[in-house]
Amino acid sequence: MCQVDEEYNGQLEHVATPSVSKKCVKCKESTAVLIIRAVDAFCRCCFKEYFIHKFRAMLGKNRIIFPGEKVLLAVSGGPASSSMLSQVKEGLSRDAPKKLRFVPGIIHIDEGGASGQSMEDRRRAVAQVESVLRSSNYPYHIVYLEQVSCIKLQTGPSYKAAVDQFIQTNQNLHPDLFLENAWSHLSSLSMQEVQNGLSNPITPENTQALQRLFASVRTLTAKEDLLQTLRQHLILHTARTEGYTKVMMGDSCSRLAIKLLSNISLGRGASLAMDTGFSDSRYGDVVIVRPMRDYSSKEIAYYNRMFDVPSVFIPGLDTKAQDKASIQRLTESFVNKLQTDFPATVSTIYRTSEKLHTACPPQNTNSPTFDKCLMCACSLDTNAGESHCQMPATLDLKSLLCYSCRLTIKDMTAVDILPQYILAEAERKKRR
Amino acid sequence: MTASLPVLVRGSDSDVSNKMAAPIALHLEFGGGAELLFDGVKEHHVILPDQSEPWDMKQLLVWIRANLLKERPELFVQGDTVRPGILVLINDADWELMGELRYELQDQDNVVFISTLHGG
Repeated sequence: MCQVDEEYNGQLEHVATPSVSKKCVKCKESTAVLIIRAVDAFCRCCFKEYFIHKFRAMLGKNRIIFPGEKVLLAVSGGPASSSMLSQVKEGLSRDAPKKLRFVPGIIHIDEGGASGQSMEDRRRAVAQVESVLRSSNYPYHIVYLEQVSCIKLQTGPSYKAAVDQFIQTNQNLHPDLFLENAWSHLSSLSMQEVQNGLSNPITPENTQALQRLFASVRTLTAKEDLLQTLRQHLILHTARTEGYTKVMMGDSCSRLAIKLLSNISLGRGASLAMDTGFSDSRYGDVVIVRPMRDYSSKEIAYYNRMFDVPSVFIPGLDTKAQDKASIQRLTESFVNKLQTDFPATVSTIYRTSEKLHTACPPQNTNSPTFDKCLMCACSLDTNAGESHCQMPATLDLKSLLCYSCRLTIKDMTAVDILPQYILAEAERKKRR
Repeated sequence: MTASLPVLVRGSDSDVSNKMAAPIALHLEFGGGAELLFDGVKEHHVILPDQSEPWDMKQLLVWIRANLLKERPELFVQGDTVRPGILVLINDADWELMGELRYELQDQDNVVFISTLHGG
């Protein structure tokens, strides 16, 4: 390892650059091993402290997670979400000073059906992720993207009948007790419905249905957008049925900066604050938080490497895609290139995103549901008559979608391939 | 335009000119999805051939591209350096602290390439 006081031979040039120093900027004693934020060089110990502290500070500053609350961690297996899991473990551990106090569960979604992975590869990847999840000792749920065809929203006829029956048999109960019973009964009902269709979630029919769905989408941009939407729906559905009130996503600073810019290009400018902010409360009952949003990809990758945080790489839709294959890919390439020459790029975008606020008053759960986009649940920013895109003949979802989701649907060759729950919800909204 | 960073050679007892000619054994690692470009193999033990000039990172990249990379070179190297988004660690330290492309490789060095890109 290079030492500062080492003797160099005369033939080597030795021009010191002010921005790169060999000693840690914090403790000023140990040799620095990493540069973050362009100029700060940290040694191993100080970096670890800094990294752990940032997680606590993020949660503490925002005070949005209450002690005892059930929080669902969305772990894709990638570096950021794996790092988030390790920070949660660290924060909840008994010997942590001022330890965090919430009840975690984990969800992992296997998206191999959409990205065309073979069953064998998928099984192997899921097994690897599962071993990581198991070592955390938190309850975990492995969900398959194919299960979107099995989601039944809580307004199906059997559900309504069950609700009516429940009300009849329990109407003499004290209101609080009634509500408590109702909640647990209803969630077990939904679980039952889901499970009845799910003896083996990955049936060939389901996988084929999923592949048909993604094959019907013409552009990679729309595919990625659709995948994001479906993933979000699955996570929400699991959170609701299992009783989680918060979901933690592992979006890092770098990813959010890229997401911010690509969302603008996708036409999602109206929901930027919610899409990239620390908390996202558009769904009402379940709030999404992003505790990793202060960490750059570099910090995360380095921490994982140095402190042996296991992560699993799973190829996705955009693996090995060219730079110009999709808007998201192009934006990522743009931001990364800019970042190498101007290391303040990502942090500048991040600071800008912190200043964004939604202009219209926040949606509360009492507002009528037809004000929200069918797919992404952001407030509708279009009027029914405004759209210029040609919809496929069979279903007219135009009036129920925001501008960006309309563009995604427009790239599909047929709309009736969408998962049943989306079509059913569309029908329900139209009938209002 | 760019300030020069110190070029480092670890001192040893042996004569400098002898050291420059010795073949260099390296332990390379690829992660974060970068391994996909190397047939999925994450760890490689390689021996760089003798040459009169010391091996530096820039030459290593050229060598990797010619000898290890199985497909899509543009996803690993761009121009002289690695593709933006690929993190490089030399002996568990950030290569920015070691001189980046100008770092001179030593025998038994450990070089790690981690992709931080979405989808690898």
